Amino acid sequence: MEFAMKMNEPAQSSRIKVRVSKLNLFYGSFQALKNIDMDIEENQVTALIGPSGCGKSTFLKCINRMNDLIGGCRVEGDILIDGADIYKDGIDIAYLRKEVGMVFQKPNPFEMSIFDNIAYGPRIHGLRDRKKLEIIVERSLKQAALWDEVKDRLHQSAIGLSGGQQQRLCIARVLAVEPSVVLMDEPTSALDPISTGKIEELIAELKNDYTIIIVTHNMQQAARVSDKTAFFLLGDMVEMGDTRQIFQLPRDKRTEDYITGRFG
Amino acid sequence: MKTRVEYDHQLEALKHEIIRMGSLVEQLLAGSMKALVERDYEKAAQIMDSDDEIDDLQLEIEEHCITLIATQQPLAGDLRIIFAAIKMATDLERIADYGVGIAKMAIRLKDEEYIKPLIDLPRMTDIACEMLVSSVRAFATGDSQLAIDTANRDNSLDALFKQIYRELLTYVLENSKHINQMMAFVLIARYLERVGDHITNICESVVYNKTGERLDLD
Repeated sequence: MEFAMKMNEPAQSSRIKVRVSKLNLFYGSFQALKNIDMDIEENQVTALIGPSGCGKSTFLKCINRMNDLIGGCRVEGDILIDGADIYKDGIDIAYLRKEVGMVFQKPNPFEMSIFDNIAYGPRIHGLRDRKKLEIIVERSLKQAALWDEVKDRLHQSAIGLSGGQQQRLCIARVLAVEPSVVLMDEPTSALDPISTGKIEELIAELKNDYTIIIVTHNMQQAARVSDKTAFFLLGDMVEMGDTRQIFQLPRDKRTEDYITGRFG
Repeated sequence: MKTRVEYDHQLEALKHEIIRMGSLVEQLLAGSMKALVERDYEKAAQIMDSDDEIDDLQLEIEEHCITLIATQQPLAGDLRIIFAAIKMATDLERIADYGVGIAKMAIRLKDEEYIKPLIDLPRMTDIACEMLVSSVRAFATGDSQLAIDTANRDNSLDALFKQIYRELLTYVLENSKHINQMMAFVLIARYLERVGDHITNICESVVYNKTGERLDLD
């Protein structure tokens, strides 16, 4: 009797990009995240799944300290990016958010031209050279698979783009400041299936150069795009593993109930 | 609140279709041997007809599975039961074909007197039918251990096949007059040995459905 398939064996070891240990987060007296430990590998896509209110978006926002903006929010534990503690006193938050870019549920282009949307980040980081900005805009739009669609109207308003194009523009805007980690909070939930497909293709491309962490409510999307999946429930991380294992043979009954739609 | 009630009904219905198919195949196999032993050619002809119902059921199960995959995006345990059901339906259909093969042999030997009473072939059939029933029971109850124990019984079918083969070979060497009948019996023994292999596959599907492990029970 032998096992033809060993799904629980780890994939070949790769470098840990983000290491989360004993992370607790409180909104006032409410504990939104409970003792989370998670290693996120470099150049992989990690999907965070779970019902609304389970803490997955809160967890995502811990990785670029977006929760700092929320009053009464308190974080305990450690998050290391490339070995450096991002909650250490005196850390440069602007640099952190350049390193760890974020794409939101709803595309949120600025009311300015396509070019200026992309150039915005490099400019606030001090870049003024027009030639260099042009190179960055072109490179970022190409990486976001939008260049061919907008190259002839770079100086028109970004608001005129379709929803799917706007979301790719937002991804390009993140890429323009050369992050190493990209956080995506339900990046396709406001998009049609074709635009969703384009973003998913893009995620597969981008993981060669970036570490991607994506929150999604779409099980099939998590199954399609991610290498690792973590399931959150009521502030706990119930289970994390290779995506194939989570969707074929989850270890925890609660994971199985959730991914098969028998939860809640 | 309970969710996916209709989906749960569909999966339960799929399980019942497999159990029903298992029961029909067991009847067909047992009946084909009875027809051979009792030289009941009418029954043999009926068995050949009843295979159509089993073929239809296999198609129904496959259609049902495809619809579930297309419309419900099954995952985890749901995906495993669907995958197991498709494989089990295929194995059951093949077992039925071997039963039909035995019924055909019964008709082919119509004009010949058997040179000896049939003992080991019915014994093989009894073992195969018992294995089939318990493999389907293991599926119905999600009992992996029963599936593993059932598959282990395949050794006795292999041993009986070898024994029958040697016995008939010896007989043929001494008496070539009944070569047609001997060949038919060897083929039937071989069919039943293959039936055991398909039941072993079914047992592997049962274990996969329950645990996600891909065992080689052969």
